[in-house]
Amino acid sequence: MPDLPEPALAREWLATMTLIRRFEERAGEMYARARIGGFLHLSIGEEATIVGSARALREEDYLISTYRSHGNALARGTPPEQVMAELFGRTGGCCGGHGGSMHMFDLQRRFMGGYGIVGGNLPIGAGIGLSSDYLGHDEVTLCAFGDGATNQGTFGETLNLAALWRLPVVFMVVNNQFGMGTSIERHSAVTDLRRKGESLGVPGMRCDGMDVLDTRTVVAEALHRVREDRRPLLVEAVTYRFRGHSMADPEEYRTREEVAQWRERDPIPQFAHLLEREGILDAAGREQIEHEAAERVERAVQFAESSPFPAPESLYEDVYVLGEQVHGRYHG
Amino acid sequence: MTELRYREALNLALREELRRDERVLLLGEDIGVFGGAFRVTEGLLEEFGERRVRDTPISENTIVGVGVGAAMTGLRPVVELMTINFSLLAFDQIVNHAAHVRYMFGGQVTVPLVIRMPQGAGHQLGPTHSHCLEAMFLHVPGLLVAVPATPGDARGLLKTAIRDENPVIFIEHESLYGIRGEVPDDEDACVDFGHARICREGSDVTIVGVSRMALTAERAATTLADEHDIQAEVIDPRTLRPLDLDTILASVRATNRCVVVEEGWPHGGVGANLAALISEHAFDDLDAPVARVSGADVPMPYSKPLEDIAHPHEPQIVRAALATLGRAEDSRTVGEAQGAH
Repeated sequence: MPDLPEPALAREWLATMTLIRRFEERAGEMYARARIGGFLHLSIGEEATIVGSARALREEDYLISTYRSHGNALARGTPPEQVMAELFGRTGGCCGGHGGSMHMFDLQRRFMGGYGIVGGNLPIGAGIGLSSDYLGHDEVTLCAFGDGATNQGTFGETLNLAALWRLPVVFMVVNNQFGMGTSIERHSAVTDLRRKGESLGVPGMRCDGMDVLDTRTVVAEALHRVREDRRPLLVEAVTYRFRGHSMADPEEYRTREEVAQWRERDPIPQFAHLLEREGILDAAGREQIEHEAAERVERAVQFAESSPFPAPESLYEDVYVLGEQVHGRYHG
Repeated sequence: MTELRYREALNLALREELRRDERVLLLGEDIGVFGGAFRVTEGLLEEFGERRVRDTPISENTIVGVGVGAAMTGLRPVVELMTINFSLLAFDQIVNHAAHVRYMFGGQVTVPLVIRMPQGAGHQLGPTHSHCLEAMFLHVPGLLVAVPATPGDARGLLKTAIRDENPVIFIEHESLYGIRGEVPDDEDACVDFGHARICREGSDVTIVGVSRMALTAERAATTLADEHDIQAEVIDPRTLRPLDLDTILASVRATNRCVVVEEGWPHGGVGANLAALISEHAFDDLDAPVARVSGADVPMPYSKPLEDIAHPHEPQIVRAALATLGRAEDSRTVGEAQGAH
C-alpha cells in the first residue's frame, strides 16, 4: 500500500470528498425543487477520482474536465457558494450564471472548465499544454473525460497531436463504466482503456478510482513523468457513479444489484476506515468532518438563494471584448 | 506604398505580427515546410522556426480546439484551415468553444484566436470544395468575421484580427490571392473592423459586395455607367461582424435602392440579413425592395457550364441593379442560375 500523506492532509482529503458528496446530494435535492434547471450531472461515487487527482496537482498545474465537474471545482478550492450560486443561475456564481452546471470555470485556481460536449475539452486541454510548453513553463495539464469520450473523434486526434508535439498533458479517463446509458462493453471495442491511447503514441496506467490514495499516487506519478519527460500519458481511473448519468436519467440500463455492489466500495467510508485503522481519525474527528461538510453546503445554499439573478441589461455582456476598436454593429 | 499581391499582403501581415508579438504562433496543415497550400505562409517557417510555425496533422476540429486552449492561456494563435470547406469539421470547437468560452465562463478569459480560411468557387472543385460559408459564421454571436477584398485590406484586417481579443473568422478568397493592390509601408497600418470601404461613389443605386463580389460589383458599376448611364455606389463591408451598417444606410438613404451581392447560398445568407436590417432602419427611404444576388441554391456542380451559372458574375449584378430601378424585365436573381430557365 502506498504511503498515506501526513495526518492533516489525509483528513483534508476525506473532508473534501465528504464536502463533494454532501454538495452533490444537496444539488440533487435543489434540482428536484426546481432551484436548478437544465441538466445536472452528479459525481456521487467518483469522489476518490476527483480528489485523488486534484491533490496530485500543484497549484500551477491546470485541470480541465467535463460537464460533470462540480467536484473538480470544489476540489480545486472554488468556494461551494460560487458553485451552488452558478447552479442556481445567480450573479454570485463562478460564471455569473452564464454557464450553469455543465460550464463551471475558475481561472484563478486553474480549473479550466466545464464543457458540455463529450470529448470537446480534449483539444482545449492540449492547447493549454501547448501554451505551457511554448512559454517554457513546467506546469502540466490534467485533462479529465469519461470512457464514452474515448470514442469521440477528438480522442484520437488529440492524443496523436499531443504525442507528436510532446505536450505536457495527462489524459485521465474517468471510466465509470458507462457512456451515458450504454455500458462500456457495448460502446468500446477495447475495454482496457488504459491501452486505448497506445496506438496513438500515448502509453497508459491504471488506478483504482474508488481509492483516493491509489488514485493520488498513480496520478502523481503520471504528472511527475510528464513533467520530466514532456510527453503525454494516459491514466485510466476505474470508478462508478452511484446516480444516473444526469438527474433526468431513470437508469434502466443497469441493475440495482450492480449499483449496490459498487456502493460497497464507496470511496468515502473506505478511506475513513483506513484512517481510523491507521490511528489518524477517530469517531469525533469523523463526526466533525461530516458536520463541517453539512454546514458548508448549507451556507452555499443560503448564499445561492440570496444571490440575485442577473439583470436583463446584462444579457449582452461578455459576448465580445469591446476595446478601442469599437466600430460598427456587433449585434444587429 | 508598395504594390503586393493579396497572398503577399497576408504573408506580410503574418510576418509583421510574428515579429511584433512573441505570443503569436501559426498552426495549420502544410503551412510550414510546404509554405501553405496557397503559399500564404511561404518563408515563415524559415524565419520563425518550428516552434512558432507548426505543421499539423489533418485534424481540423482538434487544431481549432488547440488554438482555443492556447488562446485562453496567454498565446495568440493564428490557425489556418486549408479551405473553408474543412471548417465544417471544426464547427463544434468554433461555435461551442471559440465563440462561447468568454461568455459562458462569465468573462474570465478571452479567446484571441484567428482562424484563417480561403473560400470560393470557380475552379471546378465540385460540391464539397466550393463552399462560401460567411453567413454561417456571421450567424454566431461571439465571432468576428472579416471578408477582405483587396491586398491592403487583407494585410490591415489580419493585423487587427491578430491584435484583437475576440475570436476572428478571417475569410480569404481563393480567386483573390493573385490580385495586386497598394499596401501601406507602415508596419502598424491596421485596418479597423466595422469600417466599410466605399469603392465607388454614386447616387442611383447602392451595391454591397461581399469579398470578391466587391470587385465584381465595381466592374458591374462601370458597365452600369457606360451602358446604362447609371451611377452605382459600391460598398465593400470588409467585415460582416462588426458590420458598418451606418455607412450602408447612409448610402441607401441617398440612393433609395440597394443590391447585396454574395457568393454563398441565398437562404439565410448575408444578403437576407442585410436586407432585413435595411428594411428595419431605412424602410421609408427605399424605392424598391432590397435585391439579392447570390450563388445558386444548389450544391456546386463540377461541370464547367453548370458551375459558371451557379455562382454570380457581373451580368447578374447589372440586371439586379437595373431591376431596382425598374429597368429590367426579369428581376429574378436570388439564388437563380442565369439561363437555367
